[in-house]
Amino acid sequence: MTTAGAGTNYLNADYRVRSWLLTTDHKRIALLYLVSISVFFAIGGALAGVIRLNLLTPYGSLVQAETYNKLFTMHGITMIFFFLIPSIPAVLGNFLVPLMIGARDLAFPRINLLSWYIYVVGGTFTIVAAVTGGVDTGWTFYTPYSSTFANTNVMLTALGVFITGFSSILTGLNFVVTIHKMRAPGLTWSRLPLFIWAHYATSLIMLLGTPVVAITILLVALERGLGIGIFDPKLGGDPILFQHLFWFYSHPAVYIMILPSMGVISEVVACFSRKRVFGYTVVAVSSLTIAIVGFLVWGHHMFVSSQSMYAGMIFSFLSFLVAIPSAIKVFNWTATMYKGSIDLRTPMLYALGFIGLFTIGGLTGIFLATLAVDVHVHDTYFVVAHFHYIMVGGAIMGYLGGLHFWWPKITGKLYSEAWGRIAAITLFIGFNLTFFPQFIVGILGMPRRYHVYPPEFQFLNILSTAGATVLAIGYVLPLFYLTWSLLKGERAGANPWRATGLEWEADSPPPTFNFDRTPVVTAEAYAYPSLPEASRG
Amino acid sequence: MAEHVAHHFEDAEQQREAATLGMWAFLITEIMFFGGLFAGYTVYRSTYFDAFAEGSRHLDLVLGTVNTAILIGSSLTMALAVQAAQRSRRGPQVVFLLLTILLGLAFLGIKAVEYGHKFEQHLVPGRFFSWPGPHASNVQLFFSFYFAMTGMHALHMIIGIGLLIWLTIQARRGRFTGSYYNPMEVSGLYWHFVDIVWIFLFPLLYLIDRHVH
Amino acid sequence: MDTHILPTRLYVGIFLILLTLTAATVTASFFDLGGRLNSANVLVAMSIACGKALLVVLFFMHVRYSPRLIWVFVGAGFFWLAILIALTMSDYLSRGWLPLPAPWGT
Repeated sequence: MTTAGAGTNYLNADYRVRSWLLTTDHKRIALLYLVSISVFFAIGGALAGVIRLNLLTPYGSLVQAETYNKLFTMHGITMIFFFLIPSIPAVLGNFLVPLMIGARDLAFPRINLLSWYIYVVGGTFTIVAAVTGGVDTGWTFYTPYSSTFANTNVMLTALGVFITGFSSILTGLNFVVTIHKMRAPGLTWSRLPLFIWAHYATSLIMLLGTPVVAITILLVALERGLGIGIFDPKLGGDPILFQHLFWFYSHPAVYIMILPSMGVISEVVACFSRKRVFGYTVVAVSSLTIAIVGFLVWGHHMFVSSQSMYAGMIFSFLSFLVAIPSAIKVFNWTATMYKGSIDLRTPMLYALGFIGLFTIGGLTGIFLATLAVDVHVHDTYFVVAHFHYIMVGGAIMGYLGGLHFWWPKITGKLYSEAWGRIAAITLFIGFNLTFFPQFIVGILGMPRRYHVYPPEFQFLNILSTAGATVLAIGYVLPLFYLTWSLLKGERAGANPWRATGLEWEADSPPPTFNFDRTPVVTAEAYAYPSLPEASRG
Repeated sequence: MAEHVAHHFEDAEQQREAATLGMWAFLITEIMFFGGLFAGYTVYRSTYFDAFAEGSRHLDLVLGTVNTAILIGSSLTMALAVQAAQRSRRGPQVVFLLLTILLGLAFLGIKAVEYGHKFEQHLVPGRFFSWPGPHASNVQLFFSFYFAMTGMHALHMIIGIGLLIWLTIQARRGRFTGSYYNPMEVSGLYWHFVDIVWIFLFPLLYLIDRHVH
Repeated sequence: MDTHILPTRLYVGIFLILLTLTAATVTASFFDLGGRLNSANVLVAMSIACGKALLVVLFFMHVRYSPRLIWVFVGAGFFWLAILIALTMSDYLSRGWLPLPAPWGT
């Protein structure tokens, strides 16, 4: 499947700027996204830095309360809507989905480009909102504060998020149609890489959930701008209705953020254990199950909101159920590694980190799903630690692991394995130092979203901030050695990891149209040669 | 025909199936987009039934019914336009598309008249809302939903009409024939969907409680 | 997808049925069919609306002649809307079950 055209690939096919900004090549669009989301990650990270600096002392000496509220709001909005939700799908998904299924591009290349334009426009709105005063409602925009009382740039930010939602919808739409209609001959559903299953499930969530938060945010903007009071208690409106509509999307959104990572982990673990993923069908089905059941649990964000206790009990029970398919994945990855031939390269280090940290994050999710426990820890740092374990310890490590795994394919270069490992380990240490203390202060009662806290929590907060510094180093290091690899790195062959998958049959980097001829698939996914020890198990 | 098949598709059939599936995927997002409004409506109607019924009685039943018939008629003409494309008949395509546009504009015109009436009757939510009877605040809630839902629907119709104008221009050039009419088919799907939204909006907003007490 | 070309008389027939159903739903709204909160009227109105929607989906939108996958997509869309409304309403309908002071909405 490697192509002729000596040295011509999607990167050097055309050097003009307009060939990048007007491209319809899914691989180039992936890189456009890579640059954009990295910018937002830096912004979100800087905001986190200021937050952690402020929390070094209990007295909020660094920033005032109003500023602090803007900081955590913007941190949440930036990280969730402009980094985590697009990250893997828009970068790795865009790049790999056509390659993995043997297609020349996604089903709708121009819509793919449109999706990036929309992302940039939405992001610009939000940045403008941030620098012209910011917004302080929390990323959750709860009414009636956001709709009636806030004096900050709610409208502008809401518009920015609203616009960006369409970027997500279009990406999901493209993936769903592509996976249904453009698989290579012989590539049946049961032969698809689990990365594809994960992105398919993610795309379903994007399609079914995002529009609801879109209309909800629009209603908040209408209420602010035109006085059309849907959530206004003075008219008999219910602010809790906002929460229902908001969380209907925002809970499944967390599965948008984690499912693609899980797809990455399946690929990496299989490759660096030299073994098929244990229980392929179960893992594939678990992705769909998470996507579906994930829509039935949103009320667990509203246990103490005055939501009916009976509804709360239903949501609590369903939340327990949704943990099951996630746990199944962890068991299956572990079983994959059992009696495998483990190679601790950088992507595998990230994958191992993911499995451990996601397990902790997931278990604490069960604690939170327990209605009575949540009454105690709701709005404390316990919740903050829980979701950072999943989002940072899970999703971001999956993203970085995937970026390293497919780096040679994307760039045609190899990075320094030594620095890769150093960064991964630094990140792991920094992460735990940052967020584990937050579980403790959370149980002890430290509330979130306050710029001050009771003095007895200071030591643990100092630990957390120290951890954040190490974490930051872990994030900055790849910036250096990956850039170095672009400039001076060793050339990569088509398949440096000897991995299975159609993407590894194309050149590194691939030519613009991926494959000369459409490949025909005859093998199952992960057809790693069986190891002598494995056949004994 | 090969000239109509984009380079990344294997053949015309794959392209056609992708287009249709893509439009249906988009329509699912539209179901959920309007769905948020329907969910809010359901919550408030079940809580403030009397106020909602009262508000509903102040909507013009005749205009609403006429508009419903107009929109259903426009779905017929749209379906016939697509049929004409399937049969490679250029003339009927254009005629039926123009009829659809006309009916769509008629719908919007009547809607504008209704909105004007509501403005005169001080039933537009916000600063100028005024309601003499009881439950004024809840009635304002009803009209908030009335304007939000019909307004969002009208916006989709405007976009649809724009789409149809572009389509008509292309159809006049003979671009759509039995072997390639994807844009017609998917635009038809969009237009019928907008019709379906109104099929639900009409009874929910206009027919809450019309019986003579 | 279909290469089925439906005859004109089918389209016109569906159109006439839709008009008839519209007349029916308007007529029904003039009668008090009973039930709490007019629920019988709502049931009738929504059944008619669902019937009309079904006709548009199956015939005008060609779903009757489309592959199973399209049926799944259409069904999924409406099913998800049902989830949104049902689970949200589960909160509002059960709020009054606890003897709390002044439940919301009164």
